[in-house]
Order: sequence, then C-alpha cells, then structure tokens
Amino acid sequence: MSAHTTANAPAFVAKTKGGRITDFVDQRVGGSGILREFGRKVFPDHWSFMFGEVALYSFVILLLSGTFLTFFFDPSMAETHYDGSYTPLKNVEMSVAYSSSLDISFDVRGGLFMRQVHHWAALLFVASVSVHMLRVFFTGAFRKPRELNWVVGGVLLILSMAAGFTGYSLPDDLLSGNGLRIIDGVIKSIPVIGTYTSFFLFGGEFPGTVIISRLYMLHILLVPALILLMIVIHLFMVVVHKHTQYPGPGRNDGNVVGYPLGPVYAAKAGGFFFIVFGVVALMAAFFTINPIWNYGPYDPSPVSAGTQPDWYIGWVDGALRLMPGVIGDFHFEYVIFGQVLTLNVLLPALVPAGIVFTVLFMYPWIERWITKDDREHHVLDRPRNAPTRTAIGMAGFTFYCVMWAAASSDLIATHFHVSLNDVTYWLRALFFIGPIIAFVVTKRVALALQRKDREIALHGRETGRIVRLPHGEFIEVHAPLDDYKRYKLVGFESPVPLPAVPNEHGIVTRKEKRRAALSRWFFEDRVAPASPAELEAAHGHHGQHEAVESAEAQKTLSH
Amino acid sequence: MKALSQKRRHPLAAIALLLMGLLLTGGLYAVATTVNEAKASTTSFSANDTEEGEKLFAANCATCHGMGAGGTQDGPSLVGVGAAAVDFQVGTGRMPMQMNGPQAYKKPAQFNDEQTHQLSAYVASLGPGPSIPEEHLLDAQGNAAEGGELFRVNCAMCHNAAAAGGALTRGKFAPALADVSEKHIYEAMVTGPQNMPVFSDANVTPEGKRDIITFLKQIEANGSPGGADLGALGPVSEGLFVWIAGLGVIIAFTIWLTSRTS
Repeated sequence: MSAHTTANAPAFVAKTKGGRITDFVDQRVGGSGILREFGRKVFPDHWSFMFGEVALYSFVILLLSGTFLTFFFDPSMAETHYDGSYTPLKNVEMSVAYSSSLDISFDVRGGLFMRQVHHWAALLFVASVSVHMLRVFFTGAFRKPRELNWVVGGVLLILSMAAGFTGYSLPDDLLSGNGLRIIDGVIKSIPVIGTYTSFFLFGGEFPGTVIISRLYMLHILLVPALILLMIVIHLFMVVVHKHTQYPGPGRNDGNVVGYPLGPVYAAKAGGFFFIVFGVVALMAAFFTINPIWNYGPYDPSPVSAGTQPDWYIGWVDGALRLMPGVIGDFHFEYVIFGQVLTLNVLLPALVPAGIVFTVLFMYPWIERWITKDDREHHVLDRPRNAPTRTAIGMAGFTFYCVMWAAASSDLIATHFHVSLNDVTYWLRALFFIGPIIAFVVTKRVALALQRKDREIALHGRETGRIVRLPHGEFIEVHAPLDDYKRYKLVGFESPVPLPAVPNEHGIVTRKEKRRAALSRWFFEDRVAPASPAELEAAHGHHGQHEAVESAEAQKTLSH
Repeated sequence: MKALSQKRRHPLAAIALLLMGLLLTGGLYAVATTVNEAKASTTSFSANDTEEGEKLFAANCATCHGMGAGGTQDGPSLVGVGAAAVDFQVGTGRMPMQMNGPQAYKKPAQFNDEQTHQLSAYVASLGPGPSIPEEHLLDAQGNAAEGGELFRVNCAMCHNAAAAGGALTRGKFAPALADVSEKHIYEAMVTGPQNMPVFSDANVTPEGKRDIITFLKQIEANGSPGGADLGALGPVSEGLFVWIAGLGVIIAFTIWLTSRTS
C-alpha cells in the first residue's frame, strides 16, 4: 500500500548535491521534525535567565579541560622523588599524584593553563548554579509546575559541590590534604558508624594509600555522569514546562513572549558559550588559581595558615570554625557506652547544611501548603511583589553568608587589623541574629518599594519641574507613565491571608489553624496594586491630590 | 720547684688552689659557651659604639625598657636578648613601638644603620645573647627544597605555606615574609620576636636556617608562574575573584546580549 503512494507521489529531489545529502539524512533521522519542534521553542529574553546557561557552558568547559588533564594525571599515592623543573621542590619526597600535578603545571605544554581553566571553570560552575537557583527562588519560578525541576536543580547543586570537592583533593598537596583531614574528622564524628566509614573510605587509617585513586574515579566517572543525567532531566523539563517570563503587557500564564530558538536565540546562545569560554580562558591566562607548588606535598603533620576549602565548601568550614569547643564549663564531648560523641564537630558539620538543604528542597511545598495555590505559574514575581518569600530567601542567604564569612575569619582578622577572636564572636552572634535582621529589613524594603511603585503608577514620575500657576499656586509636574511601564507596576497578584476553613466534617483542624496563622504571617503586610478605579481617579481629577490620596488610604491595607 | 714545695704547706695554699680551680673551670666554661654560641660575636662593637648606644637607649628606649634595660611594667628586660634582637626590632622599625597593642607593626626604621649598630652594641654589652648572623649564612645559596620542607614543618602554620602571613589569636598575627631581608629572617628565627617562638640552633641548624632563607628568596624571585597571584591567600581570594570579576564580567555580557537595540 505504501509502495503505491510513494510511487504515485511526486518524489522530492533536491537540486544540489548538498541538498540531496541533507534530504537523505533527514529522511532517516527526522531532523527537520526535531528542528520544527525545537526551533520554534520561544525563550524570553532577560539577562537573569542566562545563569543556567553559564552553568551548562562551564560544565562543557570542565569536560573539555578535564579530559586534557586526565591524559597526564596519575592518581597513584606511591612515593616518588620529584624530578621536574620546579627547583624549590627538587628531590622532595611526594606522591606520584602530586608529582604528576606538578608536571602538568610545569612540564606539560599548556598544562598549567588547562589546569587553571579547569579550576576557574569549576568555581564558575558552582557560582552560576548558585546564582541561577537564587534567581529561580526570588522570582518564584519554583512554583507549579516546576517544583520537581527545582528539586533536580538542588540535586545538581549538591553534585556540583561533590564534583568540586573530589577534584580539589586530587593533587595531593598540603592544602587539599588538610581539607581531606577535616572531612575525615567529620566522618569520624558520626556516632557508631563514623570510624568504620572512615576506615572504609580511606582503606585504613587516614591518609592511607588509596583515597586519591578512589576520589579520582568518583571525580571523572560517577559524579560527572550523574551531573549529565540530571542536566538532561533538567533541560527536558524546561522544554516540557516552557520557560517562565517576567510580567509585562501581553504576557500571561498561557503564553511565552520572546524569540524562537532558531535562528536568533540559538546564535546568541552559541555565541554566549564562546564568551563564557573566553572569560574563563582569560582568567586562567592571567590569574593563578590553586598554586599547588606553593603548598608542597601532603604530610599529615604540617597545617598551613590560611587553609580554606574552595568557596562552595567554605560555609561548612565556617560553621566548624564558629562552633565553640566549650561554653564556660559546658563541653560538647561525651562518652556513651565507650563511644565518643563529639558534638562540637558533628553539630556544625551537619546541622546547618541539613537545615539549608531541607528548607531548600521543601520550600515549594511549604509555600504551596500555606497559600493553597494550585494554579500553574508561568509569569514570575518581581521579588518586591512577594515580600515574605523574598525576606525568607534573604534570611537564608544571610545564614549562608555568615558561615561563608567565618571560613575566612583569619583573613578578615589580618586584613582589617582586628582580633580573630572578635571576628569569631561577632559572626557567632550574627549566625543567630543575622537571618532575623535580614528578614525584617528585606520585608520592609520590599514593602517600601511596592509603595513607591504604587505612587508612581498613580501619580507618574516626579519631573522636578516646579510650575507656578496664574493664581500663585506652585505645583510639581508629574509625568504620567506610558501604558507599558504602568502595567509592570500594577500587573501583579497580591494575595490576602487565607483564613482557616473547616474540612468536610466541619472541623477546623489544628493543622489548618497553623496553616492559617502562617498565611496571615505571609500576607498580612501587603500593598495592593493600584486598581483601575484608582488609576481612573488619579487621572480623571488631574491635580486634585486630595481625592487620590483618600482613595489610596482606603485601599492600602498595611499592618 | 723548691720554693713551691716549701710553700705548699702555707696557710693560703688551699685558697690559692681553690682560686686556680675556679678560674680553670670558669675559663673552660667560657670557652665552651663561646663554642656553643658558635659565631657568637662576629660583628665587633667598639667601646665607643656601646657608649653611644647607651645614650640613644636612654633617650629613646628607657621609657618602657627602663634605665639599664632592666624592664618596667611597659616593656620587658633586654638583658641577654642579644644584638640580633635589637638589630631585628629596630632595623625593621618595630621598635620604638608605635603604640601599645597586641603586636608591634613593621614600619619605616626610625634609626639609621649606625644608630641601630650602636644600640645593638649597648644591649649586647648587657649580657650574652644571639648576635648578628654571619654573612655566609645569609647568601641564600643553600638547598631550597630542604628549606621548603623545614619551612612547611616549622613556619607555615603561622606564616602560610606561601609565606603570605596568617592570623593568630586576639589581634596578633604572623606577617608576610616577602621583602624581608635575609638578615632579618635569620634574626627572627634566633630571637623569636613578638609572638614568634625561638628556633635555636639545636632546633633548626644554621645550615637549615640558610636553607629556609634560600627557599623564601627563591619563591619570591620565582614570582607566580600561573599569572597574578591574588595575594597568594589561597581559595578565599580565588572565590572572591570568581564571584566579583568572573561573574561580574559574565553578567555584563548577559545584559549586553539581552538588551534590545531599539
């Protein structure tokens, strides 16, 4: 049957040879169908939407530079004597891993550049993942239908930290060895299974002779494979959900306003890859990163001043630094049934990270439960228009940053000529107070910005032009906004607190009461967007400020 | 011989013998100490130096260290600290101290070489102590690799593996070691200024000290093979750089890419 139709249909024959080859491939691969589908995919244009791309490109750079490094790196912990061209380490006893890292740096053509490309790209990778997550959080892009993709993103953040840490430890220099020693200490502080886990991981007592090759396998095989898998899932869901967009005229939850992927957006994105690569290459060419030759081979006895992990592990290191050993006579170390429980390592190492990641993963569901909002959201919130969420985000960010700063407490002390102890005391206080201050200040700032938006929407921008009217009155001329700009200031949702409602048995459950209390806490402080009636009033009675202000006073429900 | 044998019963003979014994023991001890101190007094101080130094000391240092350098509540006794300590503290500008605080800061030297020499002469005259090191230990021609190992084991925990300095408790700190002269590095090791411990010759041999100086001077001369070193402060400055410069430049590009021409 199909033979007949093909025989009857006028077969398409391309005119050129290139066309015929393309047609041949297309008939077998179906490329044009894929292109038709993906080429018309519309992406909204905004600079803050590009951090995910930066992360993706950094990952590609990592794969490329990492492959180069594997050609020359030897993860063996066998002992050797350095015989390369860096004289301050000549004949020093070291591991083959460290020796080969030094060879990459000094004796492989382009090796140091590639090492620096790899390391800078790694820092940029985790940084862009983090900024991307912050953008998604503060604009509310994690709401339905994107909750699961938010979780995939969170997993990617953890994986990127894991990739970074396993890579950081590979050169087997003093700095990375000190970092491994801290991890070993944290593992050993876990009750009951800690010491066994440590011995399992290091193949005996720290440092052993196997850890570098094990980390190497994780670093070049398992972790990147998992990252790649998660990226595929992440991008697949982006395609399924379509991209979110900022509020604007003509944009709603049913459409996406932007450019199609092909050709403009694809060209831009492709070009952007080379820009990111270029920036990383410039950093690698002109700025040293991880000068392993400074640190010397790993030896468990020396610890260098200024020993820090790379930035993304810094907050965990900072939490360890903040933890007091004893408070007065109260100590944190107990012996229970012959097992030592070292809370002054266990608490700071696991609790803050546990809090941050639990809240991070749960947040979409927490907000969904409080707001009872089951609608799909494709239009983003401007951060100021969701004051409580923005305040929660800033509180978490501050919590993170305090620990982050604590990881460089020694450098803060030396560079600002203050006492290391005072820095630690202040940061300990900020660890508890900082998030609260950040919450209150952010919420007030967001509400103030909303009031300012409302003011501008109603009265236009202040021009600074003072005009004297014939009867002697002075007025300041306000320039009215055009419709597009005004839409941005008024086109947002401002939910009101949802009171507790009885369930099907007519009972208001305790859980529902708690939800209602949280809803009140979330939404009681609100600035309503200017309504059409108010706008009408403001423009109708031009110059009659009293009418507008009284209407405003009625509509603005604050406190 | 006859006279000696006749006088051996003299009542003072025992005392004379005792004196001779004491002199011999003291003399031997003195010789032994000089040997132990190795190249103790290589820089020779004239009586004039000591005299001038005493005047300078009385005018500039005695307020805190006391007349005769016996120490007061505000400053320690300088008896026995040796010429090396004075040469380091005064030569690097740490003394006279700018203000009371956890630690004396390095600043432009307040005395010229001659005055520093005279002050050293005076303090050295108060009691034996480490002297200014000999030239051949300061030539920075030792074994840099050995020096590096000694540095990592003995010095890096405070001064940082790349000698970039580090923090100590309550406002004290270990300074960065770039641009510190060979002589001052050596003197710091033998005298232990500020919060630094003393590294005696039994702890780190003079040759070892020479190797450490060689290592420090070599990494200083080598510069940073990988480009600007960002203060050699390790991952903190690298992280700061990638967030501010790296991400900053990329954000500038994203804004450029998404800006419309109209």
